Amino acid sequence: MLVKLRNPTRQEVIDGPISVVKLLNRLKVNREEVLVIQDGTLIPGDAVLSDNAVVEVRPVISGG
Amino acid sequence: MKCRVCRGPAVIDIRRHNANFCQEHFLRYCRTQVEKTLKEFSMVKPGDRVLVAVSGGKDSLAVWDILLHLGYEATGLYVGLGLGEYYDVSGRHARRFAEERGLELIEVDIRGTYDIDVPTAASVTGRAPCSACGLSKRHVFDQATLAGDFDALVTGHNLDDEAAVLFGNVLHWQSDYLGRQQPVLPAGHGFPKKVKPLVRLGERETAAYCVLAGIDYLVEECPMAKGNKHLHYKAALNLIESESPGSKQAFYFGFLRNAVDLFSEQRTYSEPEEQRERTEPDDDVGMLRACEECGATTNSELCAFCRLVRSTAGTKPVPIAMTRKRN
Repeated sequence: MLVKLRNPTRQEVIDGPISVVKLLNRLKVNREEVLVIQDGTLIPGDAVLSDNAVVEVRPVISGG
Repeated sequence: MKCRVCRGPAVIDIRRHNANFCQEHFLRYCRTQVEKTLKEFSMVKPGDRVLVAVSGGKDSLAVWDILLHLGYEATGLYVGLGLGEYYDVSGRHARRFAEERGLELIEVDIRGTYDIDVPTAASVTGRAPCSACGLSKRHVFDQATLAGDFDALVTGHNLDDEAAVLFGNVLHWQSDYLGRQQPVLPAGHGFPKKVKPLVRLGERETAAYCVLAGIDYLVEECPMAKGNKHLHYKAALNLIESESPGSKQAFYFGFLRNAVDLFSEQRTYSEPEEQRERTEPDDDVGMLRACEECGATTNSELCAFCRLVRSTAGTKPVPIAMTRKRN
């Protein structure tokens, strides 16, 4: 599975299938601070991502 | 996960409410939360004309979109701050949102209007960039709201923003600031009414709202915000929130219910920026007067923004990279 990350912009390959919550734990990302997006829509925490999925982990925290 | 309302497949969970929503009912949830906030704090009423401060980011575009859905006449205000490519991109997002919906977007470029920009002002005056930015934006917001005779200025401050500011003010016991931290500041003393309709929505929710409503917002963070102390406060609060969902909301709304009045006394109007500066004289309301340069309410000969302009205008623009370290 291809995971697109930001700040800094980068990509990681993670073995699937894996749930969204486990993916974020593996990436050491706090669920409160991101959205997981696939094909333009949100993926809930209990969804299982396949090995060939392409997802974006988008940060939502702004400093203003 | 199933939607709390329709039992269909959910796309997002809101842990502090122990609730999941599908796309349709999440959008409705966000709009309902804003509608409730507008009424609860008497922010605006049907028929009011409001000016929305728009940055091109998720919060400001979300609140603009929600106000339109709720039937308000909302005009946008975009302030160009001289932040290089970031400014160009953020402006494009704001303009596209307005153009696609046939909305009016007022634009003020501080380099073109005042001969300053944020990186240069920060460098010349020694201010943190976020301080120079905030001062400049507040001045333009106030002037534009008054000039357009709008009933209120709307900003996209969300629950996370307010909880983080509260956290910082409590950490340092900034009692003066604590008294002002309300979701609505009534008009008075030459200042417009200012309202924050998103205080019931976390920023994960405003970002989700934009994704699900098809709003193309600027995802990248401001290049000068790196190291901003509020980002540290937000990270700390999110660690607590992840272990105890609802903590941020309980913290902020508990403060509004139980403590803000202890700090506010008579200080409920939208006060001049210079009164927020620790180095300025005591902010006695009786000392307020018009700035000799721009006419804004101040307690000095010149308001803080005009002092910033006077010390910065005419100097060679400073690249962003040279000021980042100040944050």
